[in-house]
Amino acid sequence: MLNRLRLVEQPGAGPGLVPNETVLEIANLKTHFFTAGGVVRAVDGVSYAVRSGETLGVVGESGCGKSVTALSVLRLVADPPGRIVEGAIRLAGTNLLDLTESEMEAIRGNDISMIFQEPMTSLNPLMTVGRQIGEAIALHQGVSRREALDQAVEMLRRVHIPEPERRAHAYPHQLSGGMRQRVMIAMALSCAPKVLIADEPTTALDVTIQAQILDLMRELQERLSTAIILITHDLGVVAENADRVVVMYAGRKVEEASAKALFESPGHPYTLGLLGSIPNLEIAAHATSRRARLTEIKGMVPSLADLPKGCAFAPRCGFATDECRVDYPPLVQRRPGHWVSCWHADRLLDGAA
Amino acid sequence: MTPLLEVRGLKKHFPLYKGVFSRVSGRVYAVDGVSFHIDRGETLGLVGESGCGKSTVGRTLLKLLEPTEGKILVRGEDITDLDAAQMLPYRRQLQMIYQDPYASLNPRMSAGEIVGEPLTIHRIAAPKERRERVAHLFERVGLRQELMDSYPHEFSGGQRQRIGIARALSLGPELIVSDEPVSALDVSIQAQIINLLMDLQDELSLSYMFVAHDLAVVEHISNRVAVMYLGRIVEMTGKTSLFETPLHPYTEALLSAVPIPKYGARDRKRVILTGDVPSPINPPAGCHFHTRCPYVFARCRREAPALREVLPGHWVSCHLHDDGVTLPLAKRPEV
Repeated sequence: MLNRLRLVEQPGAGPGLVPNETVLEIANLKTHFFTAGGVVRAVDGVSYAVRSGETLGVVGESGCGKSVTALSVLRLVADPPGRIVEGAIRLAGTNLLDLTESEMEAIRGNDISMIFQEPMTSLNPLMTVGRQIGEAIALHQGVSRREALDQAVEMLRRVHIPEPERRAHAYPHQLSGGMRQRVMIAMALSCAPKVLIADEPTTALDVTIQAQILDLMRELQERLSTAIILITHDLGVVAENADRVVVMYAGRKVEEASAKALFESPGHPYTLGLLGSIPNLEIAAHATSRRARLTEIKGMVPSLADLPKGCAFAPRCGFATDECRVDYPPLVQRRPGHWVSCWHADRLLDGAA
Repeated sequence: MTPLLEVRGLKKHFPLYKGVFSRVSGRVYAVDGVSFHIDRGETLGLVGESGCGKSTVGRTLLKLLEPTEGKILVRGEDITDLDAAQMLPYRRQLQMIYQDPYASLNPRMSAGEIVGEPLTIHRIAAPKERRERVAHLFERVGLRQELMDSYPHEFSGGQRQRIGIARALSLGPELIVSDEPVSALDVSIQAQIINLLMDLQDELSLSYMFVAHDLAVVEHISNRVAVMYLGRIVEMTGKTSLFETPLHPYTEALLSAVPIPKYGARDRKRVILTGDVPSPINPPAGCHFHTRCPYVFARCRREAPALREVLPGHWVSCHLHDDGVTLPLAKRPEV
């Protein structure tokens, strides 16, 4: 079964994936944390799917469950206190939640890879970067260590690290932040995964380096047809890199749409609020005497252990009515491919907002 | 008119020690000759990437760090060589807001004590009146007065930043240096704090020095913007002209690297820099930017360009404009 999942044996051996085919599907995922303070519903019924060659942006603020969803996919949520209590995660039809731990190990880093925000904490400081990349290759592809190191050098070259033969012998602390993130990407892509989960891959980096890294990810995606799940709080990064976007709030998906639809006509008041609350470079530069106020989303993100009845966003929402405070709005497809979980989505989509 | 604050040729170098006898083995050129002024009621934004020296500028001009060289003038009076006691009256006028609302508040003091502490230090108002003043400050920054007796850990990040702002306001300052005041906050909370800072400025005619790495936030709140690279200001001008006609190649690259939250922005033309920022311990000779500059030529490697006013109010330090302004540097990105 696992051999069926394995696609490309050699890195870059050619496009091994059929474009536009759903590779990963998350269905009604619930990951809860059982703490002394009560049950924290970090992920509470989230579904989304990603196709090969596609970038799916997942946005939301801290604590909305975007990272826990990703960790659940790789079954890396610490248990206890966390547990996946419901749902399915299907990779090319196989439910990952049914696999044994050793079967799961064959998937991680091979079919599904992940890049984390802070490369320094996810790289082993005692191993040269060449060996770390080679380790994954040797493990998943059964080649010798010598051969694995050669492939690691090749991967470093692919992520545009100058003098890759020399850099392969460097330790993580000898590299800059941008270089370390390139190493992470090299490692993540070394087995040509079907799915790459990038959790805030550029948040710790400067903008000029961020631009380099995002460019690199796009270039490698085109070559390998990788499906990318791009998790970020930065709507600018999403607008410039994602094909489709999922917006999360308090453990649930509140909106899903194509990037174009989401930025041009958001259907959820939270999305609308987020878009209004970020300063826009272009508009800011032309504001003359009186500076425009940003749209505020009043109040704070609610505690996941103590969510309000009805819609979790209602206490902060300008559109909220009595209905919102009683019943959680179902996720409804309002336009083709545009799903919104809000009782008042039509008012926003019809431009009544 | 004398500006509220003026900085001339400010330098801050940190020595590096080595060996058992702590010999000085080198220097970090964190700030390497920076000059600017801030007028009353004005916001000067200071933007740049990590390690460019922007935070050090903020700290040095408040004399939280002793400058290595240069002059700091407050309303024309030189404060560079004043000792701590002599600085006290100036501290009332110059305040600071820090980036990390978790690290900059004493966890053993109640929020009310934190905000009232500057009043105690400066012996302003009787204890009873102090409490009233603190209550008023709480209200002004959007915190409920009942929260005065709560401790920092009971507040969210955004609320803590409000406490930091209330503390900075307690002495009725004229200039507030804000060092990355919103970068640790969630997007929806960032907007609340930016709006609060702008409202306070209008109401109290405050001057701000706004230090941040996020160009969009800086442009939003500032009147003028100074761009720093490796310890030096490379360009300084009004925010509109910075966006419309950036004259420094680094500014141009920075503008095109900032992701724009708008669909279709991805198709704009970009200048993507290659390589990393060099170390401030051993900055390149000549222009500090020459190792990454797409328009580099021979002179840039030899000679450091001076910051010159090449158009009215538009200062730039780049050899491209040695014989008058050269435009375009390249085709500007269309948004």
